[in-house]
Order: sequence, then structure tokens, then C-alpha cells
Amino acid sequence: MSSQLPVNTQLAKSPNLGDLFIQFLTIGAISFGGGIIAYERILLVEKRKWLSADEFMAYLAISQTMPGLNSVNMAVLAGDHLRGVLGAVIATLGLILPGSLFVLGIGLIYANAGDHPSINWILGGIAAAATGLLAAITYKIGDTHWRHVKSLAIIICTFVLMSIFKLSLPYVILIMAPISIYLFRPGQSQ
Amino acid sequence: MSLLIHLAWTFALLSILAVGGGTAVLPEMQTILAHQFGIDHTQFVHIYSIGQLAPGPNMLMVLVIGYQIAGLLGAGVVLLSFFLPSSLMCFYMGRLWNRFGESPWRRSIQNALEPISIGLMSSGVYAVAKASVVSSITLVLALVTLYLILRTKINPVLVILGSGGFGALLMAYLN
Repeated sequence: MSSQLPVNTQLAKSPNLGDLFIQFLTIGAISFGGGIIAYERILLVEKRKWLSADEFMAYLAISQTMPGLNSVNMAVLAGDHLRGVLGAVIATLGLILPGSLFVLGIGLIYANAGDHPSINWILGGIAAAATGLLAAITYKIGDTHWRHVKSLAIIICTFVLMSIFKLSLPYVILIMAPISIYLFRPGQSQ
Repeated sequence: MSLLIHLAWTFALLSILAVGGGTAVLPEMQTILAHQFGIDHTQFVHIYSIGQLAPGPNMLMVLVIGYQIAGLLGAGVVLLSFFLPSSLMCFYMGRLWNRFGESPWRRSIQNALEPISIGLMSSGVYAVAKASVVSSITLVLALVTLYLILRTKINPVLVILGSGGFGALLMAYLN
């Protein structure tokens, strides 16, 4: 029995590409309403033990720091970790395939019936609700930043440059990033 | 052809700018689409709503934008140009990370970028709200949703579908 343990561990660390694809495809199909990172953590750390909790946190930090969607970045990093370049491609494709087919299907209907008043009412209602959802997500992701003076000042300045002065995004980042990095340079308290 | 190149260039740029996730580039995307591709704010918010209903990453709604502008080919071009550049950057950063590991500057830069991306997300909320909160009914729907998401454990998709259906009924009735 004990002689089989190393073999099992080995298997857990290098899943075959088909399994990797199916697992991320499942997440892509069932993760309604955001929170995909949570599903990915359950799969990678708890269910399959493909990553340690520490490895997951490190990859999460990279996912958040780099541009792009955090959940997609996580699929890229975990896929590469498990099966190299091909693993990264397979995991990412699995994650985005179900949603892509869904939005294309609905998009097709919308493109052909977008002028119908009932479509406008339904999507109008959904859009208002989606705004509430987006506000809630932003509030949650902001977490402790809302209570720290330094963070709050950066948040407000960024918002004002973007939404009130209507600067384009590259300029906003060019202005705010150096200021913020200076304020948060190593050795500074939070 | 030039339309597709224009689309590819636009979404590749948005991809690289999407620090902090897709929501950070929503206002920029909305502005560019309105000025350069004739997608007005109402259409944009409708398409955004479709993305909220879809499983997987919400920003997959960019496919619908590509489809609206240039058909299936447009959707494909947008998919590649929005997801490939950021994914490549992340891929190489992951490999670099495995070689170098933690440094104080990396943590600093991450701490510095977080409030900026939250500020950008707030701008995203503002941009979407301006286009979708257009009456007292829609204002109430947005606030009720905000409350339900923050205070209850109801599945967000159910909240959105319920409030979409309810809102549609109200608006149809009042018209």
C-alpha cells in the first residue's frame, strides 16, 4: 500500500492534458456570477492537489499584478506549472470555451432582435442589476483599501483623472503608477 | 480587412492595459467603441449585461462586441487580441517568478497597483451606471441588487435575472 503512495503523488502532479482540459472546462461552465478564482482554488488546491496553498497564493499575486483577467491568468500559470506551454493553452481554452459559446449564442439573438422593445426592457433591467453587482464586486475587491488613507487617496485620484477629467487610460496609469509606487516603495508601512 | 486590424489593435491595447482585471478597462473600452466603432452606450451596457449572465469570465462579452462590429470573424479577432497579449505577459512573468521568487520591490509594485486598479474599477462602475441607471426604476434595481449581493448569499445570476425580469415587467407596464 505504502509503496503506491509516491506513484499517486507523481500522478497528481502531472495530470494528462485531457483531464486538465475537462477540469477547467467544468469551471468555465459552472462559475456563474464571478468568483472563478474561488472555483480554481477548490480545484487546484483542495480537489486535485495540483498546487500547494503557497504556490496558489504566489500565482494569484502574479495573476493580479499582471494585466488581463485574474481567472484567465491563473489558468495560464497553473497550466504551465502542470504541463508546460501546452498545459497553459489547454487550461485557458477550457476555461473560456463554455462562456464564449454562451455569449455568442445570446449575442446572435441580440444582434438580430436588439431593436425589439421587450429585449430592451429585459436587458435594461439586467443592466441596472449588473451595475449593482459590479459596484458590490468593486467594493468587496477594494476590501481594506477603502479604510487606508494612502490607498483611498490613490483610488480617488485615479477615479477623478479617469471619470471627471476623462484622460485616456494610458495617461492615467503613466501619472498614477509612479506616484503610487513611490508611496508604497519598500520599507514604507501600509 | 482594415476594420479587423483596427479591432485587433484596439483590443490588444486594452488587454495590456487591463491591470486589475477587465473591469479596469471598461470606461476606456466604452469610449473607444463609441468614438471609433459606432457602438453606443446603451448597446454597450446591453452587451455587458449579456456577459454578466454567461458562465466563466464576465469579460467574454467582448466576443459579442466583435460580432456586432465584424461578424464571427470579428468575434474571433477580438477573442485572440483581448486574451493573448495579457496571457503571454502573465506566462513569461510566471516563468520569471519561478526563477527569481519574492523581492521587496515586487510586493511594493503590487501594493501600489492595487488601489489604482480599484480606482479604475470605480470608474468602470460609474461608466456603466451612467448608461444603465436612466430612471427611478433602474436606480432602485441597481441599489436592491447592490444590497442583495453584499448582504445575502443568493447566487448573483439569480439576483440579476430576477431583477431583469422584474424591471422588464415594470417598464413594460409603465409604458
